[in-house]
Amino acid sequence: MAAFLTPRQYAILEAMCARLVPADDGAPDGTEMGAVDYIDTLLGAFTFTPPRIWAGGPFSGRFGGEPSFSDFEDLSPAEELAWRTRIEGSNGIPERERLGPVTGLQEIYTRGLAELGEEFPSLDPAAQDDRLQEIGDFTRVVYEHVCEGLYGAPEYGGNRGLAGWHYLNYEGDVQPRGFTDAEVSGA
Amino acid sequence: MSRDFDAIIIGSGPAGSTAAEVLSEAGLSVLIFERGRNHLIDLDNPAVLPQRFSSDEIKYMIRHFLGPDPWAEPRTFRMSASDGDRQVVGEVNNLPATVGGGGVHADGKLPRLREDDFRVEAELGPIAGANIADWPVTYDEMEPYYAEAERIIGVAGLAGANPFAAWRSGDYPMPPGPAMYGSLVTSAAAEKLGYHPYPAPTGVNSIEYDGRPVCNNCGFCAYFGCPIHAKGDPVAPLRRALLTGRAQLRSQSHVSRILLQNGRATGVEWIDSRGERHTELAGRIVVACGAMETPRLLLLSGLTNEHIGRNVMFHMQTFVFGVMPFRVHGHIGRSVTHVHDDHIIVDEAAKAAATDAGLPWIKGGLVEHCSPSHLIAEAKQYPWGPQHKMMMRDSPMRDHLLGFCMQGDDLPQLTNRVDLDPAVTDIWGLPVARTTYQLHSHELVASQHHGSRLAQIMKEAKAERILTATSPKTTGDLATTHADISQVPISRHVAGTARFGADPSSSVCDQWGRLWEAPNVMIADSSVFPTGSGYGPTLTLVALSLRNSRAFATGAS
Repeated sequence: MAAFLTPRQYAILEAMCARLVPADDGAPDGTEMGAVDYIDTLLGAFTFTPPRIWAGGPFSGRFGGEPSFSDFEDLSPAEELAWRTRIEGSNGIPERERLGPVTGLQEIYTRGLAELGEEFPSLDPAAQDDRLQEIGDFTRVVYEHVCEGLYGAPEYGGNRGLAGWHYLNYEGDVQPRGFTDAEVSGA
Repeated sequence: MSRDFDAIIIGSGPAGSTAAEVLSEAGLSVLIFERGRNHLIDLDNPAVLPQRFSSDEIKYMIRHFLGPDPWAEPRTFRMSASDGDRQVVGEVNNLPATVGGGGVHADGKLPRLREDDFRVEAELGPIAGANIADWPVTYDEMEPYYAEAERIIGVAGLAGANPFAAWRSGDYPMPPGPAMYGSLVTSAAAEKLGYHPYPAPTGVNSIEYDGRPVCNNCGFCAYFGCPIHAKGDPVAPLRRALLTGRAQLRSQSHVSRILLQNGRATGVEWIDSRGERHTELAGRIVVACGAMETPRLLLLSGLTNEHIGRNVMFHMQTFVFGVMPFRVHGHIGRSVTHVHDDHIIVDEAAKAAATDAGLPWIKGGLVEHCSPSHLIAEAKQYPWGPQHKMMMRDSPMRDHLLGFCMQGDDLPQLTNRVDLDPAVTDIWGLPVARTTYQLHSHELVASQHHGSRLAQIMKEAKAERILTATSPKTTGDLATTHADISQVPISRHVAGTARFGADPSSSVCDQWGRLWEAPNVMIADSSVFPTGSGYGPTLTLVALSLRNSRAFATGAS
């Protein structure tokens, strides 16, 4: 059950993320690495309590310490207003339109995925890539989120099984273990 | 109304925290206001160090965890008055709005200024179009405060390693930490060409210090709070202030106005996190909001000194990157471990370049040896499609990239200023700080001159390709190669907007940082700097806060 996306939207975004970062010999595609779930978690951040905006700390537990990234931070009223405006849009609500109307991420995704259309997942890969080039602005927004979803901490919904870090031999957050002086200074 | 505190300090960054320690140890009761959250210190038991920060690129680099939120508390920017009311609304040189302020996110390079930096007008002379003034204090007078500031924060460094350094009365409190591999490569090349790289003076523990652990080189340093308190953020002075029992810290509390009556401050008006307004009275006020929020608050309070907000300075950053034929693992270590000062010196070559450009002199800045370390920032630079993973594996823009960042000295100009935006407000309904800023030709000429020298070093280091960029964006040989760099300077080294001096007709504060207009208000941050130097401001503003807060604590309120 997705946090925000409908099953149809979810399927279109799955097809999209698989083209933005295609599978190759060394690693699965962007969808399999968790990009769609990252985006869905961001769009539906306020369906969780506390909202999934800021993961907790200090340690993920991946290199020792008590895991706490999953304990998301509470937001103050001002922070909640800023993040709801960013995600849900201003929708004519005066306190959200102080700096002018804001198109929320939810609307950007709803419109962009509708424009790609329900047939998008069934197009062949070359035709999918052409469509993604055509709707450049939306593709750019999604691609930035895909990058966050693949290479950010998995507590935000993406980077499934640490696939984004593993294929690059990147350790991720290494606190509290850290690196040795020899690792810092050596080639 | 009764007065519950002798002094109110606005801002809990390095300047405000230092003032808090000085004033509370002098016996005054102190209330510290911080508009942001508190993740740094346990208010119930300051003896115990809480651990709340984390190594999380999404939270710190993308989602504004340390604040301020650029929608809730934006700033605006324009290049000149002829560009309309503003060209940019949002993030403009933001420093963290959090307990500990800019000390939390910095990677802690803490150089001293040189003797000359306090007397630029006397030593080098004026430049047309610039508003250069000497400081009302000399290096010799500052030296003991510098030494004390280094002990308070805990600075690691190697005395004698920098031939251009000002004199010092003793060693650094700690030896340097381990050198990063990439810095060793670029330092060797720099030395070969006659430059003088040295271990960067850094407020990061290389040994256990002041009850805090040694840094473990996690790589999430610049822009991140330190999860293990190995960084010299203001936890030390805040903790000592709170342990006196005379200091109180109030976070998520936004001071909206200093209350003034007959040329004196009587207290402040502040807004809590639910938006409710309150008043707190005190006989002394310390303003330490940073060089953009400080002039904003002075203007919001109705102060009228003509110089408030003028002469705003940012370092002009010149970047020279080299794509190396080997991996450099910039994600392992404390962001920057080597720097060199050669470009700050006005030598014969710099004089010749100045003469060619019709300027009396040019000065560059501290050069940091660095390399990028974060995956998401890297990934966004590559194209989508089959190339994405190939690029990520080859990593030309991260794991093969070494860089120089020159923090170029930026001359003060009367027309470069921070004032109140005529229409844009923050979430509390208060006008936001607007910056009007253009580079002086001095910065451009210095950037070209020294940038080409940095490119020579990168070539010597065997770079396969060399990329250059500046912030703010310029044209010509140093035209940006980085799409994200804009006209807004990205430097967080902001200074100059409430300069101190001996003459009330040309300064905002007196020689002790007190407002000429309301002498029971002291400005503790880099707003008071008359000139910018080519060095980061933090150690100097902490040293000045020590000097000026001591005088402020004992002077009549």
